[in-house]
Amino acid sequence: MNKMMSDKKVIALYVLPPLLLLMILVYIPIVMTGYYSLMKWDGIGSMQFIALDNYKQLLQDNMFWKSTYHSFLLALFSVISLAGYLVIALVLAGKIKGANLLRKIYLIPMLLSSVAIAQLWLRIYHPSNGMLNKFLMSLGVDDPPNWLADPKIALYAIFVPIIWQYAGFYILIYYAALKNIPSSIIEAAVIDGANPWQIAYKIKLPLIAGVIKVTIVLAVVGSLKYFDLIYVMTGGGPNGASEVIASYMYQKAFRSFNFGYGSTIAFSLLLICMLMTWLIRKLTNSKEEIQY
Amino acid sequence: MQKETVMEKPSMALVPSSRGFAKTIGMVFFYAILIVLALFQILPLVWLLFFSLKNNQEVFNTPLLSLPSPPRWENYVKVWVEGNIGQYFFNSVWITTVSVVLTVLLASFATFAITRMNWKWKHVVLGLFMVGLMIPIHSTLIPLFSFFMKMNLIDHPLSIVLTNIGFNLPITIMILLGFYQSFPRELEESAVMDGCSVHRMFFRIILPMTAPVIVTTTIINMIYNWNEFVFVNTFISSDEFKTLTVGIQNFIGQYTTDWGAIGATLMISVLPILIVFFFLSDKIMEGITAGAIKG
Repeated sequence: MNKMMSDKKVIALYVLPPLLLLMILVYIPIVMTGYYSLMKWDGIGSMQFIALDNYKQLLQDNMFWKSTYHSFLLALFSVISLAGYLVIALVLAGKIKGANLLRKIYLIPMLLSSVAIAQLWLRIYHPSNGMLNKFLMSLGVDDPPNWLADPKIALYAIFVPIIWQYAGFYILIYYAALKNIPSSIIEAAVIDGANPWQIAYKIKLPLIAGVIKVTIVLAVVGSLKYFDLIYVMTGGGPNGASEVIASYMYQKAFRSFNFGYGSTIAFSLLLICMLMTWLIRKLTNSKEEIQY
Repeated sequence: MQKETVMEKPSMALVPSSRGFAKTIGMVFFYAILIVLALFQILPLVWLLFFSLKNNQEVFNTPLLSLPSPPRWENYVKVWVEGNIGQYFFNSVWITTVSVVLTVLLASFATFAITRMNWKWKHVVLGLFMVGLMIPIHSTLIPLFSFFMKMNLIDHPLSIVLTNIGFNLPITIMILLGFYQSFPRELEESAVMDGCSVHRMFFRIILPMTAPVIVTTTIINMIYNWNEFVFVNTFISSDEFKTLTVGIQNFIGQYTTDWGAIGATLMISVLPILIVFFFLSDKIMEGITAGAIKG
């Protein structure tokens, strides 16, 4: 038995095909991005080694800092909205009629493709015939804003569909975690005279702290690498007002054909994501894990 | 016992009932929040459905969320016939199918070897797959583009199938993992005693046993692959190989002023996923919860 289940040839046969794909498509490209980031390269011609020049340029690139700021702003909004999802999941996981239907409705936007969502919201934000401005005009607002063309609000206008897209996802995760709490614990608290607020705040939240931690990492890293809706809806515009790190990288690499500099942005994105993951884990790790 | 207390002191009876009143108010308030959120999530899609069945005249001049009358189904016929929608749809179906089958099969191989077989490096390999969950795809895009260019795979559907597999293996393995760890070792032992080879055991016993979780991973992979955008947008340039997700982007570009046509195109692109969700929502929710690590 043991001999058969440790046959090296068999193991290689099962592990190597998926592992090779992972190496070729994910890990080697990561290393190559780091390598290209030290080059001056247009993607077609020959490469020229320029050491850290791209990184020096990056540090002085206002557009990079602006898009990094926008990405972190999205991360901040996402994390704040997690608190709202948590409240909704707490209510939903109580004995509520229709909870199952509601969480299905919340989830629907997450299942749609980014392009469909982006195209739909381009219509919703349409200055004269869009859902939003038609609604505002029916309320008597004479001059509703042109949401995506106004540099002051375009970025925030795009945050709304991003939140719309992922709300159901986080509610679903919190809901599942809350439903996993053994009912005996809650019953014991009720017998001890705890009120619903105390049960939620002192018992349920600490018990799902691990899941909350995971969602914070997901929300932050997911926001920092966010690309799709911004690329389709504004392309980072108007005039860089909604540019984020990934869209800026895409523009430099595949629009300006500056593969070297694009790689520098891409590699920085990876480092920023890893750093933030590490930081959040470290900041939230001080408390002991609660067992039940 | 509580009843007795209340009856002895009638004034106390007020306390539970006022608490009940506060509770009712609280419930109404929370219900209102839940329903407002539900409307926020669903109304844009209802509005989309309605304008996909209207002409411009009706979109511009009828009130928001007014029912299309008569529903203009010709919008759907028009975009299906005039646009390349049929071709895009076919591409999405076959690219998704091939990617899903290969991803689930390869992920099952890896999970089987990692959880059921004995070898030195299995924790390292598992770690590589799990860290793969956190890698931003944009950090791999430039090397992948130049790699596919060298392999003559730019504007070739194989580049999409390969990247679909590579980037969905980690999430699939993660969902499979818990299931594989849960069944007993005796299973393999008895199979070996019966003279089964490892391959026979895997294909005849293990794989059929994992059918429930294979359904879950298949649906999750189907949704991710159907919706995949960045790779198709970057690697594919000719209409011949574009998937529906990217194809509608170009198509809508040509019809920017025809609201009905845009609405119909968008509806066609989201309908397959919505139909699957309608029938298999519990499996989908299970998969999304299990794969919470993929953002």
